Amino acid sequence: MAKTRPAYSRNFTKRAVRGALVLLLVLIATACASSEDVPQSSLEPAGEFARAPDVLWNITLAIAAVVFVLVQGALVFTLIRFRHKEGRKAAQFHGNTKVEVALTVVPALILAGLAIPTVGTIFDLQGDPAEDVMRVEVIAHQFWWEFVYPDEGVTTANELHIPVDQEVVLELQGAATDAVDGNAEVVHSFWIPRLAGTQDVVPGHTNFLRISADDPGEFKGQCKEFCGLSHANMRVVAFSHTQEDFDSWVEEQTAPAAENASGDAGTGQEVFNEPLNVRSTVVEGGADQYACASCHSVQPGPEAQPRIGPNLTHFASRTTFAGATFENNAANLAAWLRDPHGVRPGSKMPALDLSEDQINNIVAYLQSLE
Amino acid sequence: MATAAAQESLFRRPTATTGWWSWVTTVDHKKIGILYCATAITFFVIGGIQALAIRTQLAVPNGTTLTAETYNQFFTMHGLTMIFLVVMPLGVGIMNYMAPLMIGARDVAFPRINAFSYWVFLLGGLFLYSSFFLGGAPDGGWFGYAPLSTELPGNGMTFYSLGLQILGVASLLGAVNFIVTILNMRAPGMTLMRMPVFIWMTLVTAFLLLFAMPVIAVALFELMFDRVYNANFFNPATGGDPVLWQHLFWLFGHPEVYIMILPAMGIVSDVLPTFSRKPIFGYAAIVFAGIAIGFMGWGVWAHHMFAVGLGPVANSAFALSTMFIAVPTGVKIFNWLGTMWKGDLHFDTPMLFAIGFVSMFIIGGLSGVTHAIVPHDAQQTDTYYIVAHFHYVLFGGAIFGLFAGMYYWWPKVFGKLLSEGLGKIHFWLMFIGFNLAFGPMHILGLEGMPRRTYTYPDGMGWNLWNLVSTVGAFIIAVSIAVFLVNAVLTKRKGREAGADPWDGRTLEWSIPSPAPEYNFAEIPIVKARDDFWHRKYVVKPDEQVTPVVAGGAVAAHEDEDDPGHGIHLPAPSFLPAMAAPGLPIMAYGVIYSWPLIVLGGLLLLLALFAWVLEPSEVDH
Repeated sequence: MAKTRPAYSRNFTKRAVRGALVLLLVLIATACASSEDVPQSSLEPAGEFARAPDVLWNITLAIAAVVFVLVQGALVFTLIRFRHKEGRKAAQFHGNTKVEVALTVVPALILAGLAIPTVGTIFDLQGDPAEDVMRVEVIAHQFWWEFVYPDEGVTTANELHIPVDQEVVLELQGAATDAVDGNAEVVHSFWIPRLAGTQDVVPGHTNFLRISADDPGEFKGQCKEFCGLSHANMRVVAFSHTQEDFDSWVEEQTAPAAENASGDAGTGQEVFNEPLNVRSTVVEGGADQYACASCHSVQPGPEAQPRIGPNLTHFASRTTFAGATFENNAANLAAWLRDPHGVRPGSKMPALDLSEDQINNIVAYLQSLE
Repeated sequence: MATAAAQESLFRRPTATTGWWSWVTTVDHKKIGILYCATAITFFVIGGIQALAIRTQLAVPNGTTLTAETYNQFFTMHGLTMIFLVVMPLGVGIMNYMAPLMIGARDVAFPRINAFSYWVFLLGGLFLYSSFFLGGAPDGGWFGYAPLSTELPGNGMTFYSLGLQILGVASLLGAVNFIVTILNMRAPGMTLMRMPVFIWMTLVTAFLLLFAMPVIAVALFELMFDRVYNANFFNPATGGDPVLWQHLFWLFGHPEVYIMILPAMGIVSDVLPTFSRKPIFGYAAIVFAGIAIGFMGWGVWAHHMFAVGLGPVANSAFALSTMFIAVPTGVKIFNWLGTMWKGDLHFDTPMLFAIGFVSMFIIGGLSGVTHAIVPHDAQQTDTYYIVAHFHYVLFGGAIFGLFAGMYYWWPKVFGKLLSEGLGKIHFWLMFIGFNLAFGPMHILGLEGMPRRTYTYPDGMGWNLWNLVSTVGAFIIAVSIAVFLVNAVLTKRKGREAGADPWDGRTLEWSIPSPAPEYNFAEIPIVKARDDFWHRKYVVKPDEQVTPVVAGGAVAAHEDEDDPGHGIHLPAPSFLPAMAAPGLPIMAYGVIYSWPLIVLGGLLLLLALFAWVLEPSEVDH
């Protein structure tokens, strides 16, 4: 059933292929020219625990690229070389044992070659951490991160501070129940791509993740396991400091909260401790009234209670808030207090009945908590 | 005698073979196949609209098209729809129509169960979608990780746990039906190693379904009990374990991937030889590779769980198994290339889609191998890199393969050829749109964009590729519109196909188009693999192909006197369509009120009693 293809279809095919190629080139050129900053890229490791996987990735990518070019090349060559022409006769062979065996064995060997460094790196990264390294407990909540430094006596949220050039072990503790509503806590995953690959925080389990940073800097990350309405808004920032800067950060964080006797901040402190009517909440069976202080502590250290919401002792020293979603400034804080569920769906913080004055006072108070 | 038989039953068997009533009562595998495909394509459009909404939301940072709530429902339903209501049933629909024709049978082994499977599938899909009107669709992801899936408010995830159980019933029954059909109902002479590759892959798929569906059934049952009856299978506070769900889900979920891709691989393995005018290269290898994938598919599930903390030994073991499942997959790709090598390649639309499949599957396969690099998978997992990978496998792979099948067999089903011009426009738009939509997602994932996020802020460096991806998604949508237009135009004024428009190789091309109700006027005797081709051509020792001069090339004709006379065909039945609603009624009962469980159960039971007592013959 020899059929000749109509000219229009041949031309269309040619034009479509050419158009696609041009479009692709234009896009790649645009992407290269725009050189946007990519702060969360796994392709730019900034510490040894992110570099080890990156080395493996580069090897794999190189091999995959060669295989891709060879196999797609063979495909395209076959399509052009053996396209139907008047008088072409198809060969009628059913196989070729030698070729088939070779094409089975060669990929198997390549994969075996890849497997060796892979398994080696798995054991390197997941080996037992040294005893004398710094430890930070990481507790994942819907939708924020709590960091506790047991040895340094620091409790903070969403912003992780580490000294440069040394291994830090994150102890990812999966709480069994949610502190706010008592329901089962959900699975989260801790991920700061430039410092290390992800590790899940599984309720009822404790996992470990080793991280380190070569130089002082700021590294973005976010929760990677779908955890509900504001999964997209469960972010995290890590700051790495020289040992000296880190020590002074610890000193700041272990100091008691600033006292405010007067002014807006003083009034704010009073409002912070007053029971306020709940306007709306996503927590079933919650109380009708809460004070900010019912959930948030302004005492430093791991022992401070309550630990239901983030510890706010040194809130003003943080650059972001609410799962590192918003920049820490007066306007964002006011918007958040006005309508927490509007700006961050599913947030477990109740919307309280607050007047604009009360909001401004609380904001002033929070901003005084250096 | 006939009256006596009728008195024994609750219902007389219906007799209509045309009109809409005939579609409800049909037990003809061909009509059921068409129903499956039409339903799946409808769901494809609906799931596609959800995808467009998702892409519109993500086209720019801080998008406002969808709320977080709607977004979560849409991405969950998009996944569920495309997997359970599109790719699986489209494969099943094509199997349904073609498998009996390709093995020389008059129907499947259990025609009424076949009809029942379809109705259960349709009602299961409608049950899932009814959640949109009953307070909100499932919103915990298609993977439904506990305890989020047990804790999410509303009934969405309860609909999920029940809807998938209903669909699982349809899949299990279908699996049994196809296994028995393929093993027992092949025409004389069709040994296992003479079966078309598509039939082999259907068989492997059916076995995978048979063993995978019970695993997810257990998990869904536990989820249902956790949600509805306050059980604690996955609640760590009371001794449950969230990781249990993950193991059960992926022990089903990974074979599920092969359930979706193997039928498409089978289709491509039959399309490529036809349009290369050559037998398939390495038939035995391609069959055994399919079987090997079927077995090895059970040993790779934890590669979905490399970040869970299973420990270095388990992670290494699953890294190795994941790497080595790439070997049989590679064998298939090389065999497809070998099939085209030295062929006489005709680029008709089915061939274009089959080539598109091979080309895109190479990319999906390679990115799949990179997931086995566990330390780096910790970077890739749950990012858009994964989204890119599995769309290259399930869209670039499965969907392209299924479209190859639809263009290829359309003339056999409807007697008319889809327009080649529109078909080529469809292919090229889909090919370009697909690569624009999903290619950039590799980059986005590596640049740190997690999946399942309803929004992303400005300044992350993700803006350009997200916009490109959205443009690609809309190009895909246009291509699907072209396909639908093509289908409508072909019905109105398509070119008559004749029995064998592609110079086909397998038995289905030996009968008239559309296939007559009885399939084969006479059951063929099979003497070779690609039997029909060997009836048409003689290969001389020097590989010269010569058409058989007389007789052989002619397809069976309908001009025989009284075609189909005396052929026993299963009679239509009301009962499959009557029994099926029992299941969703029971499911609604679980959510709303227990008497409905009893009602649905009774309906199912009574219909099954009537089913057993139904006479096997129509009154003559």
